[in-house]
Amino acid sequence: MPLLEIKNLSLSYNDKIIINNLNIEFTQGTIYAIVGPNGAGKSTFSSIIMGLSDYRHIQGDIIFKGKTINDDTVDVRGKKGITMAWQEPARYEGLSIFDFVNAGAPDKDQEKIENTLRLVGLEPKQYMRRAIDKTLSGGERKKLELASILVMKPSLVLLDEPDSGIDIDSLQRIFQAIEILKQQGVTIVLITHSLTVLKQAEYAFLMCCGEIIDQGKVEKIIPYFEKKCLVCPHKNIPDLDHQL
Amino acid sequence: MTTDHHQQYIKELYQHADQNLAIIKDSSVAHLIVHDNKVLGSHLIDGLTCNIEELKDGIRAGITIAENKIITKPVQICFGMLPQEGIQKIFMDITIQPKASVAIQAHCVFPFAVNIEHIMQANIHVHEHAVYSYFEKHVHGNKGGIKVLPKAKVVLDPFSRFKTEFELIKGRVGEIKIDYETTCQEKSVMDMLARINGRAEDIIEVRETGHLVGREAKGVLTSKIAVRENARAEIYNKLTASAPYARGHVDCKEIIQDNAQASAIPIVDVRHPKAHITHEAAIGSVDNKQLETLMSRGLSEDESTELIINGLLR
Repeated sequence: MPLLEIKNLSLSYNDKIIINNLNIEFTQGTIYAIVGPNGAGKSTFSSIIMGLSDYRHIQGDIIFKGKTINDDTVDVRGKKGITMAWQEPARYEGLSIFDFVNAGAPDKDQEKIENTLRLVGLEPKQYMRRAIDKTLSGGERKKLELASILVMKPSLVLLDEPDSGIDIDSLQRIFQAIEILKQQGVTIVLITHSLTVLKQAEYAFLMCCGEIIDQGKVEKIIPYFEKKCLVCPHKNIPDLDHQL
Repeated sequence: MTTDHHQQYIKELYQHADQNLAIIKDSSVAHLIVHDNKVLGSHLIDGLTCNIEELKDGIRAGITIAENKIITKPVQICFGMLPQEGIQKIFMDITIQPKASVAIQAHCVFPFAVNIEHIMQANIHVHEHAVYSYFEKHVHGNKGGIKVLPKAKVVLDPFSRFKTEFELIKGRVGEIKIDYETTCQEKSVMDMLARINGRAEDIIEVRETGHLVGREAKGVLTSKIAVRENARAEIYNKLTASAPYARGHVDCKEIIQDNAQASAIPIVDVRHPKAHITHEAAIGSVDNKQLETLMSRGLSEDESTELIINGLLR
């Protein structure tokens, strides 16, 4: 049984189709990538799976561990083990890094939290009591999000553009964290238009105009993504020849 | 009231304030404890003088920190009333003499208030190169039957520093009207912050005013307010600058929920071409991305909201 099954998923805004009849399966413990140009519908897809408030008016079914979760709110999905890291993580005035990570930690174990922060490159002594406000860079907030995901022991993690706005060293730490999640049997879905991030995945879906136009092992998707997608002059126009 | 009664009241006040009584047994820490119109306890240290007069419905206190005296451990003050009804008026004259430094931690404890008025009027003078910080934490009960009316006029002499923080997060606010006004001379620094959490029928009014009248004077006025249910908050922060290189900022953040109402009226008044003041005001419900990030970690909407508001008010 797949961990997550998407059946006939569609979403429209003002008669514009954003996601068009997607059918995808995700199995446990695999790293997936959803790749495609800006505006392809990748982030919308992850927002739908997470159940974010502006993405609830869908058609089709989202089935997690054999049961439909269409009516589940974000927190219910979170409790079931689905979580997400945002492309641009939120800031929280006054809320400390420790309190943020601790909030999602099932065992509230301070030592584990400290070790996890260290793992993502946020030295606890330096960061634990800092607020998640404008004094924290985008890269630091991305690492923090990942730390909060690592401690919650999820089943499915959606990472929206994990490499945006961060340096090479931070990216390596993020890849390291992804590998740890995989070892724990977590399913990871990388939402990306970056070749570097795509290469971390095992299996990829190529998305354009809200449709999956190709899928397969990453080795199969990379050449097409490199040759066509990255240089495509028509942003977000599917290559019909390829589909045929 | 007997000494035993005093000790019992002190114990209760400190319990409600969530403070360790050991701090007032430390002979190196000055303290003043007032219940109703009675001084239950006081302890002075070298360099700090305090003249207290008990009034019919409160006290009058003159506190002076001697010139050059650096008081390293914060002075502990506790004002409170354990009965459900009454009036407590506190008149304070605080003088921080040149090059002196002191911090005061005040706890205002009214755990059972049904019909209480707590009125405070303070005149504060921070002399040249002196430093004064005042942290006031209110602990109220859940009935909301209290009016808190603190009013302060502060004068900062050249090169002095003044920081004040007002916190009312625990229990019901009732009705509060803060009215602080500070005048800042050359190169003095002022930092005034109010953090208040209102609910039910609470009424919050904050008026913080700063006048940067001296060259290179600096000032920040900050209000962080959360209101829910039928609570109302009105924030009037005013910062004026009339001297060269005066710098200031007014910052107001308010989170509203349910049927609560909030307004912020920041006034910046600049009367010198080389002065500069900025302001920022944000009022709204809890940010959706903040909320949904926490919910995606398995917290309920209420738990997430509480965490976000507690963070803002910290």
